[in-house]
Amino acid sequence: MVSIRAVSHSYGELEAIDGLDLELPAHRVLALVGPSGCGKSTLLELIAGLQQPSAGAIEVDGAGAAPERLARCALMPQRDMLLPWLAAIDNAALALRNRGARRGAARAEAGRLFEQFGLAGFERARPAELSGGMRQRVAFLRTLVAGKPLLALDEPFASLDAITRAEMQGWLATALAAEARSVVLVSHDIEEALYLADRVVVLSSRPARVAAAIDSPAPRAADRDAAVTQPAFVAARERAMAALHGGSR
Amino acid sequence: MKRWRLMRHIGAKVARWLLPALTLAALVAIWQLAASSGALADLLGLEPFLVPSPAEIGSALWENRSLLAENARVTLEEVLLGFLIGLVAGLGFAVLLRLSETLRRAFYPLMVGSQAVPILVFAPVLVVWFGYGIWPKLVVVALVCFFPIAVNAADGLRSVDPEATKMMRSLDASRGQILRRVEIPTSLPFVFSGARIAATYAPIAAVFGEWAGADSGLGVLIRLDSARLETARLFAAAAVLAAIALALFALIALAERRIVTWR
Repeated sequence: MVSIRAVSHSYGELEAIDGLDLELPAHRVLALVGPSGCGKSTLLELIAGLQQPSAGAIEVDGAGAAPERLARCALMPQRDMLLPWLAAIDNAALALRNRGARRGAARAEAGRLFEQFGLAGFERARPAELSGGMRQRVAFLRTLVAGKPLLALDEPFASLDAITRAEMQGWLATALAAEARSVVLVSHDIEEALYLADRVVVLSSRPARVAAAIDSPAPRAADRDAAVTQPAFVAARERAMAALHGGSR
Repeated sequence: MKRWRLMRHIGAKVARWLLPALTLAALVAIWQLAASSGALADLLGLEPFLVPSPAEIGSALWENRSLLAENARVTLEEVLLGFLIGLVAGLGFAVLLRLSETLRRAFYPLMVGSQAVPILVFAPVLVVWFGYGIWPKLVVVALVCFFPIAVNAADGLRSVDPEATKMMRSLDASRGQILRRVEIPTSLPFVFSGARIAATYAPIAAVFGEWAGADSGLGVLIRLDSARLETARLFAAAAVLAAIALALFALIALAERRIVTWR
């Protein structure tokens, strides 16, 4: 689904990414973790087709040019970026409206998912009236409704408190089980990455290289609390942690 | 409990209006006493008829109501039409600058700099160019309104979070859709503050336009009364002009409250 070969990227003098190779099979979740400022978000934008890398090749679903990658990928930015003047349902339906759907039709299509996402009754609420967790769910819904094969999620739960974040991770795992999509997930939280992803790639500090690639022992397990205390999970976390600390030295 | 909160809400609202209203009433009362007793005229070394009291201004307002209304209608038309022309042109220009980085770099510094230029002093020139009718007044008012609106709108359109633009691009938005769905709504609070500045300039600009050459309007009346030492009516005309300015300001504040509902 996603294939990254020898990708380097720099902003003027600043080298953000240095010779990266990554593969993501279809309907799998790849997590990128790394020290802050290591170029994770840049990599996500490159994959999503918002920028073209300085060197190397990125393919999403067989498409190499940036505009074609953009057409195949929906980005969920770090902050929810809900438009405060639109109701929750109109925020969720943005992609449909952008593609020319009428408001009624777009609302009907996006509205079908509100129940499943625990947002029933909040269709007409403005973002300011929603809790942090609900805003995040509307933002994810907006990304999902775009109907693209690849979802690029940039630290989707970073702004939430610990309890809400754990809840939202469980909820995202369920949502991904119901709706098979390929996902690239940027996270700064190793536990979150190992729980949600099939494979976790630890990046070094800038310029980003692959420090370690670790397969998750129990991706999106039904019982999150039990899964994260399993010996295999703890061992994987320790390996990732060691790679992370080695990478930032 | 609910009723108590409502009472407190109303109480807070009244308190917010009460103090400025009392202050205004007190100032008018002091003026009335100082003018009617002749103390103010003595202080200024003037004849008492040159220093009208609020009561005298009030009766001048009533006695000349049809003359004032006739001239106010002329000035109001200049203010409203000129403001609308300035608004539409300012918004259009701001959008153009947002869509073209070259145009922005060429014009934006000039637009900011032009705010230091006293456009009003060009009113006599405009009369030479556009004649004696409504046009020179419309051009002065529109010019004076154009710059604050264009500069504020241009700043507002640029204030969009780049992350929001990325999100929209990733959701298949065209440049025009990003402008319409994200940039223009984001700019609205900026546009309204530009419009409020424009609204305070517009009546002054109309009066300047009339002074440069006109046969009717509140500016004409003010100048005639100033020459004839009709001070009570002069104040009455000024009060009507102030009322036009306040009404325009209030209209914009109301529109902002109805449109920008997410703040």
